[in-house]
Amino acid sequence: MAEAALKRGDMAVSRTGDGTLVVRLRGAWTLGTGIPPVADVERALLATPKPTRIVFDLADLGAWDSGLVSFVARVGELAAERKIPLDAATLPDGLRRLLVLAARVPGQKGVRPAGPPPSRLARIGLLALAAWAEILAMLEFLGQITLAFGRLLRGKARFRARDFWLLVQQTGADALPIVTLISFLVGTIFAFVGAVQLEKFGATIYVADLVGIAIVREMGAVMTAIVMAGRTGAAFAAQLGTMKVTQEVDALTTMGFSALDFLVLPRLLALCLMMPLLCLYADALGVLGGALIGVTMLKLPPATYFQQTFHAVALSDLGGGVLKASVYGVLVALSGCLRGLQSGSSSSAVGDAATSAVVTGIVLIVCACGMFAVVFYILGI
Amino acid sequence: MAERDDAHITVRDLTIAYGDFVVMRDLDFTVRRGDIFIIMGASGSGKSTLLRNMIGLNEPTAGEVLYDGQSFTRAEPEVRQQMLQRFGVMYQGGALFSSMTLAENVALPLGEYTRLSEAEIREIAFLKLALVGLKGFEDFFPAEISGGMWKRAGIARAMALDPDILFFDEPSAGLDPISSRQLDDLILELRASLGATIVVVTHELPSIFAIATNSVFLDIETKTIIAQGLPQDMLEPGADPKVRRFLTRGEDEQPARSTHG
Repeated sequence: MAEAALKRGDMAVSRTGDGTLVVRLRGAWTLGTGIPPVADVERALLATPKPTRIVFDLADLGAWDSGLVSFVARVGELAAERKIPLDAATLPDGLRRLLVLAARVPGQKGVRPAGPPPSRLARIGLLALAAWAEILAMLEFLGQITLAFGRLLRGKARFRARDFWLLVQQTGADALPIVTLISFLVGTIFAFVGAVQLEKFGATIYVADLVGIAIVREMGAVMTAIVMAGRTGAAFAAQLGTMKVTQEVDALTTMGFSALDFLVLPRLLALCLMMPLLCLYADALGVLGGALIGVTMLKLPPATYFQQTFHAVALSDLGGGVLKASVYGVLVALSGCLRGLQSGSSSSAVGDAATSAVVTGIVLIVCACGMFAVVFYILGI
Repeated sequence: MAERDDAHITVRDLTIAYGDFVVMRDLDFTVRRGDIFIIMGASGSGKSTLLRNMIGLNEPTAGEVLYDGQSFTRAEPEVRQQMLQRFGVMYQGGALFSSMTLAENVALPLGEYTRLSEAEIREIAFLKLALVGLKGFEDFFPAEISGGMWKRAGIARAMALDPDILFFDEPSAGLDPISSRQLDDLILELRASLGATIVVVTHELPSIFAIATNSVFLDIETKTIIAQGLPQDMLEPGADPKVRRFLTRGEDEQPARSTHG
């Protein structure tokens, strides 16, 4: 017995004259040592003539645990399918009780939707339907926000002023360090790339034009928006998603507050107000980044560089950029709040909501960026 | 079911579902004014979902809920808003706003629906918190207090506007026996002093027997109500065996199990 307990489990299947299938188990049958496959027994069960019954011979069995239980249960299932009786008399008492326990509650039928997985074509159809439902949900959200905004203008929307000012701080002042870093670096990168090309023509002074126009017209707003989508959009989705998980959104609703007014409007307003300011700040930092390269690498006098920048950048460029920033701010806030309110009631759903908020935010920003380009081109700005 | 004069909440032919999946159907019951009405049933039988339908967080698939004979389910949004102000709801997890102190949590609906000054609101918020035994914790944030205190703070907030009806979703879930008992006592006291109608979703047997004046039992298999009335009466011989088994923690089932086990 002692040496049998150490040996890895194996088995021998034999048949006696009266058709009894004897499964002889030897050695240790534990999860740690590994369990032989059930295939040998299955083959013997399928053999003709059909065995009359199954008996386990456990005389040489060493240690056993759930590994053996699962093996015997599997054999029992196979035997039941072929209507071959299983003689449990030789099994250890504990094992027999575990088998009874496992079989007490029959598998629930209809718990999972039956039917084969949908075909490829059907899956494409389902995806299209889901995408359509998604677009409808977004449009509905946009409509509700518009109504909420109407309530705000009529002075009927209700949220706490303190929440609003806190959000202004979070989306404004607290975002300055990362906006500083990104916009300054984007400015230097533009200047650097431009300088290498323009030096060939001896037109290094036009680096100021290049950086000024690119940053003020487009990149200041876009880079700030992308940073805010990752920073603030995700935070909005996580906050609102968690509030759904903890039923705080339900509590607001039954107190008679509109979750849109109370949670979405202050976030929307805060971002809509702070984004233009952040954008102006980013523009300034971007130009400064360009100037660093212009002055140190291209040896342009600082005064000349800034003079050239002011000359190149029109007020309409600046206004256009700031307007774009405001729109991007609305998009970031909307996608963050929408995903947060759509979130399911689990911790992983909140994570998904945050991820989805960033992706939606960036997609919307890029789409809006393209549309602005077309509209500004047609208007000749 | 005959309409009674003192009917406060009437649930009529209510069917609740998530999409195509019907949770409960043909629910029909009346809650009388001043009742402590228990909605009980096994886990997953749709107790909380029924509550959500009664307070308008989910829309029923069929049927309606009436308060004082006025339909809540079919009411216009503005009317519904007004009816909501007469409800107080305590959520399973407390659902306190984590960015506000306890006093601010209680003060939130007061600031919205009353014309009181800031100082008066604060005073009332302090009073409500004192009523649930949280005197001295007014300026704590929800993250700084224990689970039992969360529930009490949730009750204080639910009571903020002196509602006619208080809804409790599994108030004693996750509490130790003593705290759970204290919560039951609090519910009884609130009923006695405020005269409010109280609807409680729970499956805690000691609570059920301690506080109920009426109840319904939701059965997960037949998807409807299989017993109504005082829980004590459901233990009488002749009552539905399924309900008896539930109310006795399956003790009734014990001999039956040993015969075929």
